[in-house]
Amino acid sequence: MATASKGTAEVTLPSDTQILITRDFDAPRHLVYEAYTTPELIKRWWAGKRGGVTVAEVDLRVGGRYRYAMEATEGFEVAFNGEFREIVPNERIVNTEVFEGAPEGTGAAIVTVTFEEAGDGTHLEMLMDLEDKQTRDAIIESGMEGGLQEGLDLLEEIAIERS
Amino acid sequence: MARAATTADAFNAVAEPRRRQLLDALADAERPVNDLVALTGMGQPQVSKHLRVLREVDLVDVREQGRQRLYRINGAALKPVHDWVAAFEQTWNDRFEAMDVVLDELKRKEAEDGNGK
Repeated sequence: MATASKGTAEVTLPSDTQILITRDFDAPRHLVYEAYTTPELIKRWWAGKRGGVTVAEVDLRVGGRYRYAMEATEGFEVAFNGEFREIVPNERIVNTEVFEGAPEGTGAAIVTVTFEEAGDGTHLEMLMDLEDKQTRDAIIESGMEGGLQEGLDLLEEIAIERS
Repeated sequence: MARAATTADAFNAVAEPRRRQLLDALADAERPVNDLVALTGMGQPQVSKHLRVLREVDLVDVREQGRQRLYRINGAALKPVHDWVAAFEQTWNDRFEAMDVVLDELKRKEAEDGNGK
């Protein structure tokens, strides 16, 4: 089968300080890159099924900064910010990522996003390199307590419905 | 007394490629060390070392059967890691599905613009 079809996101843990997310898109990579980097478009997808994106600021140049925020649950804001380290248009972006709700002293993640042509579609890889295990644990904990908990609840609801 | 194993401990254990190999080998069956040595190609001391780590965080249980010790996965201890990965995956799936909608629009727009030229 051609790899052009859209897939589902796959999350793996290549090492104890790395998280890798991969996904195939049924669209050419310059459009995936556009959707990934354009503030008005980010506003339409970054919140997923949750609240809405309240902030999407992107200064897309090396040394430029970005900030995304969304309202996850009523009045509860989830925000990330960082700096662009490397930009190869339509191919590759390297940026730092800081979760604003993380405890003091938590390090940053270095996120490397690659857009690869795959037939008529695009294979996207997002590798999160976490500074240390403490940072990883902070991300795990924040996920468990904050936004990701909703995803978990949703999964549990589905599981209950099916049982 | 040893402190209770945390989710983070389970992450550390699972994120080591050799230990993941062992967990994979134990996924479908309870096995003695010899089997694990044969299946993974690791030496016995290495297998034993990684099994010890996995046991310390409760990811693997052991029981005696005759002169053999049989190892098996403890699904309950793996659950927090699975849950976290599943929830993280769900978040990104939702985002990418929303992105698919945006991409369909961009594709349509590009096709229309292309026809107009």
